[in-house]
Amino acid sequence: MQTTSDEVLIARIAGGDRLAMQVLFARHHVRVYRFVLRLVRNEATAEDLISEVFLDVWRQAGKFEGRSAVTTWMLSIARFKALSQLRRRPEEELDDETAERIEDQSDDPETALAKKDKGALLRQCLTALSAEHREIIDLVYYHEKSVEEVAGIVGIPEATVKTRMFYARKKLSELLKEQGIDRGWP
Amino acid sequence: MNTLNKETQSDIEELLPWHAAGTLSRRDAQRVEEALASDPELARRYALVRDEFGETIHLNETLGAPSARAMENLFAKIDAEPARRQAMTFNFSARVAEFFASFSPRTLAFAGSAAVLAILLQAGIIASVVIKDKSSGGYETASAPSSDPGVGAFTLIRFAPQATQDDVTKFLVANKLSIASGPMAGGLYKVRVAVTGLPKAELANIVKKLQEDKVVGFIATTE
Repeated sequence: MQTTSDEVLIARIAGGDRLAMQVLFARHHVRVYRFVLRLVRNEATAEDLISEVFLDVWRQAGKFEGRSAVTTWMLSIARFKALSQLRRRPEEELDDETAERIEDQSDDPETALAKKDKGALLRQCLTALSAEHREIIDLVYYHEKSVEEVAGIVGIPEATVKTRMFYARKKLSELLKEQGIDRGWP
Repeated sequence: MNTLNKETQSDIEELLPWHAAGTLSRRDAQRVEEALASDPELARRYALVRDEFGETIHLNETLGAPSARAMENLFAKIDAEPARRQAMTFNFSARVAEFFASFSPRTLAFAGSAAVLAILLQAGIIASVVIKDKSSGGYETASAPSSDPGVGAFTLIRFAPQATQDDVTKFLVANKLSIASGPMAGGLYKVRVAVTGLPKAELANIVKKLQEDKVVGFIATTE
């Protein structure tokens, strides 16, 4: 079955095609939501933000030049929206970070159970990473973005993308070590 | 069992996350594959990357999806937007992309094959004309090939009124003819049938044969 490409949908959206907008939204809203949610850590905020992201897509579609994939372009918009939102509520982010530290030290029943499952522990540590590190790990592993695409979304050089990913993974190993799992790396 | 030098290992190691996600270029992916095959420590680290890759997907997939509220909000905002002028924003490349996207892969394949065939046919005709021109040999000025130096065997031809330019071109190419001069009075063309003089009988045979072509309205030998 032939599906309409994202680029064609964007061209139609630029022409005011509401149905094309519905198709694009249906195709990508979950991934964009998850990307935003991992950054802002609040479901209601993430929902509000994806409406804004797709509204920007509706408004800016005519300016899309196809120099990157449509998903890369949308994630760039989503990132900008999420970071703007985080800047508006720095105290909440601080609370979040504090809560993380407390969570890291604790050994509640949930954590104890997680320790039995390496995968669950790894996921817990992925959640505990900084926003910068969470973002790059998600873009590479979940959103399947190349080095070049990540550089475009985050706005950093390609060499920095590789370095940042390396340090994100290093931090992940350190967090795992704190939880009793030594990966023997780095 | 080989082990890569430290610098190479470090370069390759940085690429492992993208290798796991399948987003490396073919060249880089091959470099990583070769390094993994020759360096057991790197292969062990790649297994760690694959664990992270799998758990990152698992984590994201458990995040759920937004409620219908997100879509309702979006379209309420879109409906509140001013109507836009369609033609102004629809760029040319997008139109071209959409035009080709509207065809099935089979239709595109047929169209592509037809285009290739047409190009080959055209190239063949051009080549045959060029070869024929060159085959006459001898001296030619840079400005024009010798068209009527008075050497060769000639006929006078008036082409049939219904013959198109394409028909005439095909007729000339197929019979290795060239127009020496014309049109003259009565719509006649002096056409060279050979680069050297021919015996009268042979020229008459050629004329008889050419006369059978529907492109030819009238034909006669000439000096």
